[in-house]
Amino acid sequence: MAKSNKPIFWGLFAAGGTVTAFVTPALVLITLFAAFGAGMDMFTYEAIHAFAAWWLGKLIIFGVILLSLWHAAHRLRVTAHDFGIRADTVVAYVVYGLAALGTLMTIVYLLRI
Amino acid sequence: MSERQIQLEVLRYNPETDSAPRFQTYAVPCLNEWVVLDALNYVKENLDPTLSYRWSCHMAVCGSCGMMINGEPKLGCKAFIHEYGDSIRVEPLAHFPIERDLVTVVEDFIAKLASVKPYLIPKEDKPVSAGEFKQTPAELMKFKQYTLCINCMLCYAACPQYGLVPEFVGPAALALAHRYNQDSRDGGRDQRQEVVASDEGVWECSFVGACSEVCPKHVDPAGALQQIKVASTIDWYKEHLMPWVKK
Amino acid sequence: MGEEMSRKPYVREISKTTWFLRQPRYMRYMAREVTCIFIFAYTFLLICALGSLADGPDAFQEFLNSLRSPWGVLFNLAVLVVTAYHSLSWFVVTPQAMPIQRGEEFVPGNIIVNAHYGAWAVVSLIILIWGM
Repeated sequence: MAKSNKPIFWGLFAAGGTVTAFVTPALVLITLFAAFGAGMDMFTYEAIHAFAAWWLGKLIIFGVILLSLWHAAHRLRVTAHDFGIRADTVVAYVVYGLAALGTLMTIVYLLRI
Repeated sequence: MSERQIQLEVLRYNPETDSAPRFQTYAVPCLNEWVVLDALNYVKENLDPTLSYRWSCHMAVCGSCGMMINGEPKLGCKAFIHEYGDSIRVEPLAHFPIERDLVTVVEDFIAKLASVKPYLIPKEDKPVSAGEFKQTPAELMKFKQYTLCINCMLCYAACPQYGLVPEFVGPAALALAHRYNQDSRDGGRDQRQEVVASDEGVWECSFVGACSEVCPKHVDPAGALQQIKVASTIDWYKEHLMPWVKK
Repeated sequence: MGEEMSRKPYVREISKTTWFLRQPRYMRYMAREVTCIFIFAYTFLLICALGSLADGPDAFQEFLNSLRSPWGVLFNLAVLVVTAYHSLSWFVVTPQAMPIQRGEEFVPGNIIVNAHYGAWAVVSLIILIWGM
């Protein structure tokens, strides 16, 4: 039996699961406030832009988005199998492809800020 | 001693005459301190000598009497009648083929158990004259809980991934591989990883956690499997990203 | 003996699509797994926010306006509940995946879980104070 290559993705899945467990609920609370339209003045473009323009801010944003994407992608691959979809290779290309696209978009946007 | 009439529904299957299993119900006068295995023994002795099932020790040590009791993998000798209602449904362990009545075909598990080399493979041969392999209490604690496994296969009956993908090496065998990997006297991890770190090894596990919930000896196979995943992932990154680091 | 025993093992088939309906613990597992769909979608929402941030103040304001709808509220509420479930289900199994041995004994699981809850509260507080 050959050793599996799943550790590449599982490593990102596990790291991402931990990161999203710590940060995502708080992030959602913030966007929920924004969706309510509460305190529109607190979401100033300048303040958020300044954070994203700072090198450490960029690194944090990139890290959170990258790990969230690959965490979700890998778990979605497993979940597809659990729902009875047996075309694992196709599923893997689709979910990892989406994660790669999101990663690429994040890099491009961050470089433009 | 209080007595209670129980309707014991047992899944029967006779390979010589039946094309599919069917339920047969027995009315069993049970004493309150009985376990389900006692009820089966009563049936065998008094009502129906053709009923087949495995059992031996009657004290949760031998691991023979695993069965589905009201849909849950249990040891027949550890499932107390007083914890159930007046009707109890007994079936052979899920995910295993039925040989006859409650007896399942377990060759698959035995082969998988053997495939992970569940025995000490010393780092180097040592003559008896060189003395014993010493181990501290802390080193013993690293693997002690995994030594409690009695190979009852309840974890395989609980694991949906084993049910869906029969090639999966499965909880008990992998937890036992981990038991020897964690042993300070052992040097066989590289050999075991060939099976353990394959797609059909630990990577078929999605951490449902059912194995640990049903384990009658609190071995926590699910925990062992996640620890194997962490270690195998560190192996992989070391091997591919830092090939200059030798193990 | 000597006579060959006839064997005809009976295999019980399992549904590949509905197996998880059999037991509550399988349902809990599936609930945990589908959190990834919400996390995936939400991360793309964050990427859209980042894109609008890169496009300038007008685009960012447009993004905020598009969030302000019943659908925006509903989506965020759903994601909030689901990600909180992800966090709880993730932290509660940490001691199994990463046990800590100090001296001979292992640190009790509930201490590890509670430490994670504590850290989660601190991290959330920092994000909320920074973000608002």
